Amino acid sequence: MSENTGDLLQPLEKQQPISTGSEWTFELIHRYDEEIAKCAAEFGLDTYPNQIEVISAEQMMDAYSSVGMPVGYHHWSFGKQFLNTSKRYQRGQMGLAYEIVINSNPCIAYLMEENTLPMQALVIAHASYGHNSFFKGNYLFRTWTDASAIIDYLVFARRYVAECEERHGVDAVEQVLDSCHALMNYGVDRYKRPAPISAAEEQRRQKEREEYLQRQLNDLWRTIPRKEEIDAEHKRRKKRYPLEPQENILYFIEKNAPLLETWQREIIRIVRKLAQYFYPQRQTQVMNEGWATFWHYTLLHRMYEKGLVNDGFMLEFLQSHTAVVYQPPFNSPWYSGINPYTLGFSIFSDLRRMCENPTAEDREWFPDVAGSNWLETLHFAMHNFKDESFILQFLSPKVMRDLKLFAVGNDDDDDFYRITAIHDDSGYRKLREKLARQYNLSYREPNIQVWNVDIRGDRSLTLRHIPVDGVPLGNDTEEVLRHVHRLWGFDVHLESVDDGELVEDYHCPPKQPVADE
Amino acid sequence: MGMTHIVDRRLNGKNKSAVNRERFLRRYREHIKRAVADAVQKRSITDIERGESISIPSRDISEPIFHHGQGGHREVVHPGNQEYVAGDTIPKPPGGTGRGQGGSQPNPDGEGMDEFAFQITQEEFLDFLFDDLELPYLARKSLKDVESWKYVRAGFTNQGIPAKLDVVRSLRGAHARRLSLGGARRRKIKTLETELEALRAAPAEQDPAFSHDDQIRALEDEILRLKGNLRRIPWIDEIDLRYRQHARLPQPATSAVMFCLMDVSGSMTQMHKDIAKRFFILLYLFLKKNYKKIEVVFIRHHTSAKEVDEEEFFYSRETGGTIVSSALKLMHRIITERYPPGEWNIYAAQASDGDNWNDDSPICSKLLAEKILPLVQYYAYVEITPQDHQMLWHEYEKLLPLHPRSFAIQQIADPAEIFPVFRQLFERKAA
Repeated sequence: MSENTGDLLQPLEKQQPISTGSEWTFELIHRYDEEIAKCAAEFGLDTYPNQIEVISAEQMMDAYSSVGMPVGYHHWSFGKQFLNTSKRYQRGQMGLAYEIVINSNPCIAYLMEENTLPMQALVIAHASYGHNSFFKGNYLFRTWTDASAIIDYLVFARRYVAECEERHGVDAVEQVLDSCHALMNYGVDRYKRPAPISAAEEQRRQKEREEYLQRQLNDLWRTIPRKEEIDAEHKRRKKRYPLEPQENILYFIEKNAPLLETWQREIIRIVRKLAQYFYPQRQTQVMNEGWATFWHYTLLHRMYEKGLVNDGFMLEFLQSHTAVVYQPPFNSPWYSGINPYTLGFSIFSDLRRMCENPTAEDREWFPDVAGSNWLETLHFAMHNFKDESFILQFLSPKVMRDLKLFAVGNDDDDDFYRITAIHDDSGYRKLREKLARQYNLSYREPNIQVWNVDIRGDRSLTLRHIPVDGVPLGNDTEEVLRHVHRLWGFDVHLESVDDGELVEDYHCPPKQPVADE
Repeated sequence: MGMTHIVDRRLNGKNKSAVNRERFLRRYREHIKRAVADAVQKRSITDIERGESISIPSRDISEPIFHHGQGGHREVVHPGNQEYVAGDTIPKPPGGTGRGQGGSQPNPDGEGMDEFAFQITQEEFLDFLFDDLELPYLARKSLKDVESWKYVRAGFTNQGIPAKLDVVRSLRGAHARRLSLGGARRRKIKTLETELEALRAAPAEQDPAFSHDDQIRALEDEILRLKGNLRRIPWIDEIDLRYRQHARLPQPATSAVMFCLMDVSGSMTQMHKDIAKRFFILLYLFLKKNYKKIEVVFIRHHTSAKEVDEEEFFYSRETGGTIVSSALKLMHRIITERYPPGEWNIYAAQASDGDNWNDDSPICSKLLAEKILPLVQYYAYVEITPQDHQMLWHEYEKLLPLHPRSFAIQQIADPAEIFPVFRQLFERKAA
């Protein structure tokens, strides 16, 4: 029995093309969506209901600048983003055509009015069925985000921030937001599942929280102990606070910073919640784009097989598709790293190939995949992985060869780069590990955690950085520490500790050099 | 299927980012102001009225985050290998041990550029340009010397003429008054009526002192009395009447006229005129921001003065001597004929290289002091010369202490000074 596409799908009867021109109408978008939905159902794509919004180019720029939030609080950084986007768009350096899709229920996708009909169909297939099914199916999204609550939460956040601005002034709020944004990547729980966010719940609990929090804080910073007590305490146990290092720095500050006012804690919380909402997206870029690209490709080909679209349509569609998955080589002036669309699309397509037409190499490398039911295998991959583990699990020698991947080592002490692995027998495994690691967020971002608070002393906060492979912190570090200091309200220290040895330390306010007597 | 909802959002506002954009401009106000001031000096004369591309050093607007620095050991996977095999080494480019913070780091904000560049509109350009500047003593003029008034609604009052009676308001007040005055009685009536009902339903108890019928009668009387009371509450009363109130607000004159006076005698070169022109343009734009309607009068003079159009004003050449007072006389005549000071805010800027017939200069300052300064908001004299001041300047100088609010003189030697001088002339003065 051969596992062929045809077996899974309804027998074909050729139909008339839905349309032949390239101008779209709402009527036609409806028709295309209907047919794409039918095809998606044939492949078992499970999606949230769709909401497709047709918008103008200017509105698309608005959407771009609010980092994918359909409703956002006001902040200058979004304005900066907007200025940048509109400038690049006007100069023609950037097409806007692609898509923006919101992980919400219903799943909101934006279509630009300038798009031709084939482009609209591509975006619908890509966003409303590809991304949408990914949001609904992938374990990270299922665990960490609540698609049905996000819009309400955003509305709540926007209103709360606006109220704060009214009460405390735009500048005061902006300062807190600036500091929170600087630490946004350190405002997520990586391992612990957070409570899903819901606006109604947030509002209900917000008052409660205000009271509790203050009480708790008073506990922590209770009366200053007498000198003897401190010494005794120190001798008895040299305990740190917190007992275990805390990875969620914003959370720690929200709950423990001595001087923050309640509204400031609430704003930290809002930024934290948003960071958490976006966290799965940051970990599944390759998979998410690869999955969506694989499905726009597969769904529109299915439409073509059914006769619902004609050759002209396919020609235009394929041209856009090719542009999307183009990977410039490392020495091209257009090279800016690995294109996540290309990598993801290649892996998913190759998974299907391995299922349908396995080679001896595939059977050796992927005994479980080779010859299996491709739809089940792809869905399994989509459901249970993130970029790092997905690449580690499914990047095949063939894809490495096709993309001609190679790894370059750069040691600070050497005056040369060394090619450490290429797409050959001895290199595949190394390449795969190295590439997978590149997508590990905790490798991409410095590992910095809350290490200690001097509760009984000067209330200073100490963060600890554990370098990986001797890579030091970048030149923004002092600047970010100023933000930590602003939130914490007392001295802040940051120590880079490599293998138990202090290699670098930062302080805010900066340490005065001790003058010699 | 069928679950898709398609929405046309195009009619929704497109300026969702306007507030954020405004926040950005606000935050980088100082940067932008500097860039705008630079731009004014560089721009050509005809071209002041458009937006501007502003550049801010990227590092000033970066949003810092913790990230890896250079150094240590790292490995990166790239696509598109052509010739390398494992173990190959490639020498690092000289000077690039990887340390240092060279500008080659790709930057998501500026596409690897060191500058963050963006456009501001003409409106914003002018806002930044004239930030901190104020029309000289405009407030004084508009509040004290107002000549025209405007009536605006100012709520309601309980006194007025019948023509201004507001029927709806009055009736509403009456209704409320009736409700509040009658409320207690109506409640009382209600209770009594229930009591009465109960009493009637109850079996007649024999109470010799207060018989059943008497009790009923007493209640009925009381109810009747209360109802009579209720009826006596007037349906509408004097105190219910409300009249629309209007307040007389001073209506500052919204038109301004700007007089441009320029010496076009042989000693004025094209360079002088260009500087003068830029100065006039600044003044014009500045007034335009503050008045709905502006008229411009161009007066050029050598030994005699003439009202001309803009083209002729700036570009025709003359020779000969200079009699400044001719222009002042003409200006005064035009004001009296066409621009009654009660209706117009009058501004004047006079540009000259300072040359004048010596006999004429005292006449000028006399004319100014007696005839012109009392009529105008502001009169600015700019002397375009790198040399020492001449007679006219010294004459004008004497007027300064007498008219500190409406008269100013400044010297410009170089195009770069136009804007600073302009600023100085119009700087917001502490009240």
